Parts: sequence; C-alpha cells; structure tokens
Amino acid sequence: MAESLLKAVDIYKSFVGVEALKNVTFAIEPGEIHCLAGENGSGKSTLIKIISGVYAPDSGHMEFGGKSFNKITPIEAIKNGIQVIYQDFSIFPNLTVMENLAFNSELADRRKLVNWKRMRKIAEEAIAKIDFKVELDAIVGNLTVAEKQMIAISRALMFNTKLIIMDEPTTALTKREVRNLFNIILKLKERGIAILFVSHKLNEVFEISENFTILRSGELVATGTTADLDAEKFTYYMTGREFKRNYFTPVNVSEKPIFEVQDIGIEGRFSNISFSVHKGEIVGITGLLDSGRSELALSMFGIRPIETGQILVKGEPVKINSPTKAIEHKIGYVPDDRLSEGLFLSQSIGDNIVISEIDRLAKNWGILDQQKRSDEIAHWVKELAIATPNPDNLCQTLSGGNQQRVVLAKWLACNLEILVLNGPTVGVDIGSKHDIHGILQALAKEGLGLIIISDDLPEVLENCSRILVMKAGHIVADMKANEADEKTILSYML
Amino acid sequence: MNTKARSMLKKLTRRNEPYIFLVLLALCLLIEIRSGQFFSSNNLVDIASAMVVPGLLAIGAFMVIVSGGIDVSFPALASLSVYATTKFLLDINYEGGVWVAILIAIAIGAVLGAFNGLFIGYFRLPALIVTLGSSSVFKGVMQGALNSKQLTTIPVGMRTWGTSSLFIARNPVSGLTSRMPVAFIAFIVVLALAYFMFRFTMFGRGIYAIGGSEASAHRAGFRVIRTKFMMYIMVGMIASLAGVIRVCMMQQMHPTNMLGMEMNIIAGVVLGGTAITGGRGTLLGCMLGTLLIVIVENSLILLGIPTSWKSVFTGALIIIGTGVSAYQVIRMNRTRSVKIKARRVA
Repeated sequence: MAESLLKAVDIYKSFVGVEALKNVTFAIEPGEIHCLAGENGSGKSTLIKIISGVYAPDSGHMEFGGKSFNKITPIEAIKNGIQVIYQDFSIFPNLTVMENLAFNSELADRRKLVNWKRMRKIAEEAIAKIDFKVELDAIVGNLTVAEKQMIAISRALMFNTKLIIMDEPTTALTKREVRNLFNIILKLKERGIAILFVSHKLNEVFEISENFTILRSGELVATGTTADLDAEKFTYYMTGREFKRNYFTPVNVSEKPIFEVQDIGIEGRFSNISFSVHKGEIVGITGLLDSGRSELALSMFGIRPIETGQILVKGEPVKINSPTKAIEHKIGYVPDDRLSEGLFLSQSIGDNIVISEIDRLAKNWGILDQQKRSDEIAHWVKELAIATPNPDNLCQTLSGGNQQRVVLAKWLACNLEILVLNGPTVGVDIGSKHDIHGILQALAKEGLGLIIISDDLPEVLENCSRILVMKAGHIVADMKANEADEKTILSYML
Repeated sequence: MNTKARSMLKKLTRRNEPYIFLVLLALCLLIEIRSGQFFSSNNLVDIASAMVVPGLLAIGAFMVIVSGGIDVSFPALASLSVYATTKFLLDINYEGGVWVAILIAIAIGAVLGAFNGLFIGYFRLPALIVTLGSSSVFKGVMQGALNSKQLTTIPVGMRTWGTSSLFIARNPVSGLTSRMPVAFIAFIVVLALAYFMFRFTMFGRGIYAIGGSEASAHRAGFRVIRTKFMMYIMVGMIASLAGVIRVCMMQQMHPTNMLGMEMNIIAGVVLGGTAITGGRGTLLGCMLGTLLIVIVENSLILLGIPTSWKSVFTGALIIIGTGVSAYQVIRMNRTRSVKIKARRVA
C-alpha cells in the first residue's frame, strides 16, 4: 500500500478543560479530495490548526510522508507541502495582486530588499499555474471574492505543495464561481495535489469529495468514501439526531389574502411582480443571486421602496417606503446577513429581543418597565428555546442558529402578521436549521403569512406551500410545492 | 496610445495626489493674485524653511498611520529629548559642533520611541491609548524630573548651525531677504531614505502589509511585532531630529513650544490621502498635504487675513480635504459594485 501523505494519529487537544479533539485519527492520500465536515464547535478548525502547526496537540502524533512528528511549527508544515487557505484568504486588500502573490516566497527566501521585476516574475508564474487571468497591478481590495480566492490558491501552489486545506471555500461564491473553483480543484488533483475541503454543505460534499471525515463534539464519528454516504446518514453523523423531513401542509388558510403585491418593480432590478399571501401560507421565492430576489425582499420591507405598482395589506393599498411604515402594517423582515443587518452583536440577547417593541415596554415619561422587559425576554427565550444560561449575555456568544432565533424572537414580539425571511438558515448548522423550520411552520399554523426567500431548494420544497421562481427580475414560474421538485425549479432558475 | 493615455488619466483621477496638487496650485495662485508676493524668491525660500520641521514630523506620522496605528506623542517625545540634550550640553559648557547635539537627541528619541514600541508591539495595546499616555509621561518627565524652563541661550554649535544658510534669497522689489537653512538638507535626506525604505525594502512593504491586514501579514511571514517596534523607534528618532532643528532655528529652547503640533501634522498626512485606517497612502501625497497646511499657516497674512483667523482656515481645509478623500472612496466603491454586477451579467 502506498504511503499516506499525511496521517494524524490519536490527536488529543483541550483548551482550559474543554476537550476540542478526543483522540482523532485520520489520513489523507496523495491526490485525494477529502471533505472534513462537522457542525460549529465540532473541532474542525482545531484539527486544521494542528495539522498546519498553529496549535500543538496535547497528545498523539502526525506523520508526513513517513516521518513522525509530535508537533510541528507552521514553517515545518509549509516545508512538508501543507498550505492552508483560510476563509479570509490571508490577503492584503490595500496592495497589488503582484505583491500579494510574491510576498510569501520573498519572505521565505529572507529577502531584505524589494526587487519589483523579480516580484512580477514570481507573480506571473504563480497565476500561470492555474491559468488565472488578472491584472497584476490591480489593487486586491477591488477584486471579487472569487478572484481573491484564486490569488490565495495560486499563492498556495508556489511552495511545492502537496496538500491544500480550504476552510469553507464556497461561502461567498455564486453558483458559477463555485463551479469554476471545483474545476480548479479537479485540475490540482490531476497533478497529485491533495485537497482537504472543509464544508458543511451537503451538496458540495457529495459533488466534489471522494472521501469524507465527519467530526462531532471533538470525536471522529465517521470516515469513508463519499459514494457510501447519503443525505440522511450525513445529517445523522453531523448532528447525532435523526431528522424526518416535515413537509409543510397549510391549515386554516384565510379566504382573502393578507398581503398582495401588484405589478411592482424597481428600475433595473425587477418588474411586473405580482403575487399574494394568505394567512397560514408560506410562500417561497427562489432564484439565483442576481435574479432580483434580494431586492424584492428589501422592497417589501420598505428598505428599497418600489417605484411602480402597489402593495396591499388586507386588501387596502398601502405605501411602504420605510421599515417604520412596514412595521406599522405588521410586516417584519429577517435579513440574510443577520450579523450586520439583524442584530446588535455586542448588546445583550435580551435587549436584542425587545428592541423592536421597546415603545410598548415603556411606562409614563418613557421610562422602561424593567419587570415587563424581563418577563418578555424570559417568555421568548423559553418559547424559541434559545440556548443561553443568561439572556444578559452578549448576542455574539450565541451560535449561528441561536442568533437566528433571537432575530425571530425580536419580530414575533411585535405581534406581526406578515414575516419576510431572506435566507433564514444561511450559515446555520443542520440541527438548528431543522428547529428553525419547525418554528416557521408552527408560526404559519398560528395564522401568520410567511414569505421565505431562499436558494436552498430542499428548504423551499420542505417548508413552503407555494413556490415562485425568479429569473432576471421576473417571476418565471408559480407552482404548488407538492407538485414541484428540484429539477423543475432549477430548469426555471437557469 | 490614446487609450493608454486615457487609462493613465483614469488612474490619476482615482488617486488623491492630483486633487491636493490642484488645491495647492489654486491657493498659491490666489495668494499671488492678491499680493503679488507669493512667487517671489524670498517667500518661496521662507515656505521651504517653514516646511522642514513639519515635513520631518509628517514622515514619522505617515509611517505610523500607514501601519494602521496612530502616534500623538511625537511632539512631547521631541520636546523631552531636545530639552534633555540642550540642558546637558549647557551644563557641561559644550562648545563643539552641532552633530553631538543631534546624535544625543536622536539616541534619546530612539529610547523613548522604543518605550512606545514596547507597549504597542510587544504588549499589543492600542496605539492611541499608549501614545496619549506616553505623551503625558514625556511631558511630566520634562517638567517634573528635569524641572524644565525656557532656555534663552543654546550651545554655540547649535546656535551657529541654526543661522547658517545654504543660500540667501533676496526680493528685488521689497529688498527683504530670506535664508535657506542648512537643515533643509537634513529634511531632504530623511525624505529620500523614507522613500527608499517604503519602496524598496521588505521592512517598508511590511508596514503597508501590516496596515492592510495584520493577520495576513503574520501568516505571510512578516515579523509583525518587530516591525512595529522598530518603526516606533524610527519615529522617535525622526521626531527628535526635527526637535533639534526647530530649537536651532529658533535660537532658544522653549519646552512647551512644540506641544499641540500633532493635530496639524496628522491632518496634513490625512489630507494627503493617507487612509486613517492604515495601508493606503503615498509619501508624495503626505508631503503635498503637509505643504498645504504649511502654506495656509504661513501665507494667509499675504491675503490680508489676520493671523487670528488662521485656525479657522486650517480647520476648514481639513474638513474639505478629508471630505474629498471620503467622496473618492464612495465613488470607487460604486464603480466597483457596478463592475462586479456587469461581470456577473456577462
């Protein structure tokens, strides 16, 4: 049998009493595409940092091409052909492409002076390796995410690299860019370079990887060939729970719609959009990133007011030109980027929950009723099962799934009738995703009208009663969820 | 060729220096039209001589800001090291050349700069807090431990160097004369060294890299902590050199005279297009910005504006100047998002 490129044996690591990795053993063969999956806090990043020499393991050892190490330094890791591409790509946004590409090898050669001609040559060679075309004098901060990633990959290839570790490389990419990335990964494989691909996105794991390793709370729960894996097993390994798909069936749908849009449009973004939402219904809107779906979501909440057409709430035409107006008409909005748009991360969980209804918690003279405030907070923490020992803790101490629950709680506290959700489970782990879906379905059954905007097709199919597909600013299909499948939706989307 | 010229022009309009240059030119012309004295040889020499000290201090401030830090302690640092030097040389009745004074001051400046660098580099404390604190410490040591008061005489070497000149410009109309101080050479030498460092050494590019992303710089293999430490030492040395020059040119040591200069110096650097968040900016822009402030401070009198209004004009200039930079950033972001959109559609 051929020798493994990298073998990690019985790796154990704890941080101040918390066990991050419990005797994990795994191996990567040359030229293999290996997927490392696991939920937040499962020990994925700790394992990567041990392999790349950032952390030293408490016990266990590693083998590179037959040589055994108890621990290695980052420099030794690079010398053994290991390169990590972090999520931020480790780039310098203020400098040129050329410098970004050449710095690492110049520093590795311990150069003291800068030779711009030599740097240009190094940079040209680096991008030629993956046939990447880019202007070397461009400032990296002005490039797209995908281009920045290509820079990070070309840079990683400059050191006789045998293994590239990519930490969630597809997070901010469009579908086409992901495809392009996968093509490059396959080309690297042909050259015998192994890829360790960290991801928790099911479809990507199946599409690109040959082998997989799944971690859960610091333990290796499964490893093997991806061909033997299916979606249910994957989810089970990741979470340790079995999920049944709960297809949503609307009950108590109102006769009259509570929310309608007629022929609405914004110049250059979308036009002639009409649909209606009844009480108890969940309407899904899907489409590619540039289909206008996000702009549509923002316009329903008044952030980007519509230019043509009209919006009707309970049959009455209303003007929604600001979020304040939208809230007046009992419309709530859960943004896709909850970190920058939906939450005050550095404020307490409790304050985040009551922020939208703060006026109702005031006594005379606008003084806050503390008793009412803490009752309200306690109610929502319990209702949505937000996992926190103390609601006075800062919001940033919560996991993605729990943060999303706080956003939901904030809106539910306002007694809404219509809730628009843009990518409700983006960046949320599988367990929480399942719970959030449960909450949404329960809300619809209680009589809310929900609009989910998402490109996660299984999510749309599972939770919506009706699905609208957007393409280039228009609705191209309107179907019942139980008559639709992923293939048909995709054929409309593309 | 035409497209090449156009893309050159496009590149130029994206940068800050051309705008500062135009504002500078407009101001000069305005003063010239109003007074007829701006482009007279003695006024130009006066401006060059007034530029020496702020120019040197601006080079130090520029370095720190590019690295993503900030230093508000350099006037206090320079005051302390120069006061200590002058007092010491007076006490031993030193009668030799100026170079001893310069060397001692620079050495003390290096030690004081290392003090800043230790806390900012090795202990990773925020630069603003550290330098606010060290500014007080330096002032306190000077006024308390050294019991500072105004020194009306300075050592003879410093005195003669301060009055020696490269050449004397004479205004044929008014008959006024101005001396170009020898210290101007020191400024040009430091400027040239700084240019070389930023352009052709890994240390200098490292300062830009750290200003862009400290984490990336560390992962790429830059010695982030050491670079910062060394940089604050250099800033201390440059500031102390500027301090010695100022004392020599003024012919007396006034301990509190330089305190408070930091705001206008930093304003000049930012006016010249250096991003206050670090990573972006050029020495040329930094010098243009500083020159603009120097001209406003020195030449408003030629416009017939009373000097008591000086700070109003400097303030307005800073607001307008930084406003232009901010607008530039917004415009760049806008064209960028359009470009990305266009690419997606294509």
